[in-house]
Amino acid sequence: MTAFVQQMVLGLLIGGLYGLAAAGLSLVFGVLKVLNVAHGQLIMLGGYGAFWLGALAGFDPFAALTLVIPGALAFGAVLYWTLFAWVVRASEETRVKNSLLIGFGLALALDALAVRLWTADERSITTSYAGAVVSVGGIAIPLVRLASLVLAGALIGGVHLLLARTRWGRAIRATAEDWEAALLTGIDVRRAYLLAFAIGTALAGAAGTLVSVGYSVSPSIGLEWTLKALVVVVLAGLGSMPGTFVGGLVLGLAEAAAAWGFGGPYREMVGLVLFFVVLVARPQGLFAR
Amino acid sequence: MLEVEGLEASYGSFRVLSGVTLEVRPGEIVALLGPNGAGKTTLIRCIAGLLRPRAGAMRWEGRPLGQAEAHTVVERGVAVVPEGRRLFGSMTVEENLALGAFAPRARRGEASRLEGVYAIFPVLRERRRELVRALSGGQQQMVAIGRALMADPRLLVLDEPSLGLAPRLVESIFGVLREINRGGVSILLVEQNVHAALALAHRGYILEAGRVAAEGQGSVLLNDAHVRRAYLGPLAR
Repeated sequence: MTAFVQQMVLGLLIGGLYGLAAAGLSLVFGVLKVLNVAHGQLIMLGGYGAFWLGALAGFDPFAALTLVIPGALAFGAVLYWTLFAWVVRASEETRVKNSLLIGFGLALALDALAVRLWTADERSITTSYAGAVVSVGGIAIPLVRLASLVLAGALIGGVHLLLARTRWGRAIRATAEDWEAALLTGIDVRRAYLLAFAIGTALAGAAGTLVSVGYSVSPSIGLEWTLKALVVVVLAGLGSMPGTFVGGLVLGLAEAAAAWGFGGPYREMVGLVLFFVVLVARPQGLFAR
Repeated sequence: MLEVEGLEASYGSFRVLSGVTLEVRPGEIVALLGPNGAGKTTLIRCIAGLLRPRAGAMRWEGRPLGQAEAHTVVERGVAVVPEGRRLFGSMTVEENLALGAFAPRARRGEASRLEGVYAIFPVLRERRRELVRALSGGQQQMVAIGRALMADPRLLVLDEPSLGLAPRLVESIFGVLREINRGGVSILLVEQNVHAALALAHRGYILEAGRVAAEGQGSVLLNDAHVRRAYLGPLAR
């Protein structure tokens, strides 16, 4: 029983990162109607960014967030203007096709760049407190991963408040719902797209940082994280940041339960099963409003 | 105030407007009538900046319209209530109204204009925290008009505000439009409801197959044999 609870706790902890990884993908997909298949690569870059800041400048990984997040915001803005701004207002078919091409191209390029800059080795940030654990009734909770879960929740909550309460947050939501109507109310929808993409990239960067400290990064993790994020987006549905966070936790728990019940290999399968079941039974997602 | 001259527009190779000329003068209510497919909504989309015309000119307060990005049109004082209202259904009434005042010029005096909208439509104040999609069709039309008023427009363009509403509601909406007009806002009203629209408007245009087929004062158009035959049906004879 303790082993089961232990697995579920670990599942919950990584689930928070799934939620954070999915939040950015969900925001970009919901507002731009573009599926950025390179989202996982942006997470990977965020991880390496924090790794570099630690290795070259001695930054603590959590402190590195204060540089990774603004850096990712700026990088997202550049990516939007150079790549995605060309397709957002294309007709639906062209937009879907071209954005997938752009995304896959970007993913391949970033994968190659990462191998070049950091080699194909797995990297992880080791801190002085890396092994710290709190014990609750025989259950060990790694402190770094617990802090990551809390931070992931806080970041998602922050973006939720930004979207709910601020003028441009409202404008982004309006653009997501009906971009023509948004134009009629005087919203510069291209700026709304830019903001959404930049915020989505910043969330990816933050997720990558937390992955590199609690887990590990390598140039090949991009696709894996894109898939996890995609499963969570389908699970949670579009339009709700807290829902996406909960969706991430659900995926983490489901993976842990599958690994405990059927063995390790089933961990990767359960997400795809959930993906399929939700698409068939409730295509709008579990938490879509 | 608003001048449209020889406007031509098409969707792909399908030509919808072939040389439309009309104007709205300061303080006027102008009705734009015509059957489905005549190009009324297309004309509105051109004015709103959502569709680039192929030829012709539009001027607003003496300066060209239709070159700039669509979001700048409302900043210049033209607010559009689109066909089917196009509200943000997952947002509250108050959020929709606040978005109406998004343009920088409209932010000044936003609070007092919100009070003004609530004074015109008291039911919106009661339901201001509710999601728009939970409202009835009539109330949604009030939100749509209120959202446009929040932009502090000098010209209000409405695309079929009476669509799907009960006759009594149409009457009250048209009464509101008259009040808004008395407050100094010019109105361009696209309608299928010919009688109600011409009774309200100072002047009207009949659009047919992408051209202006007739124009004149409301009462004159109402008696025009052409209009009677085309829109009022056999009972009108």
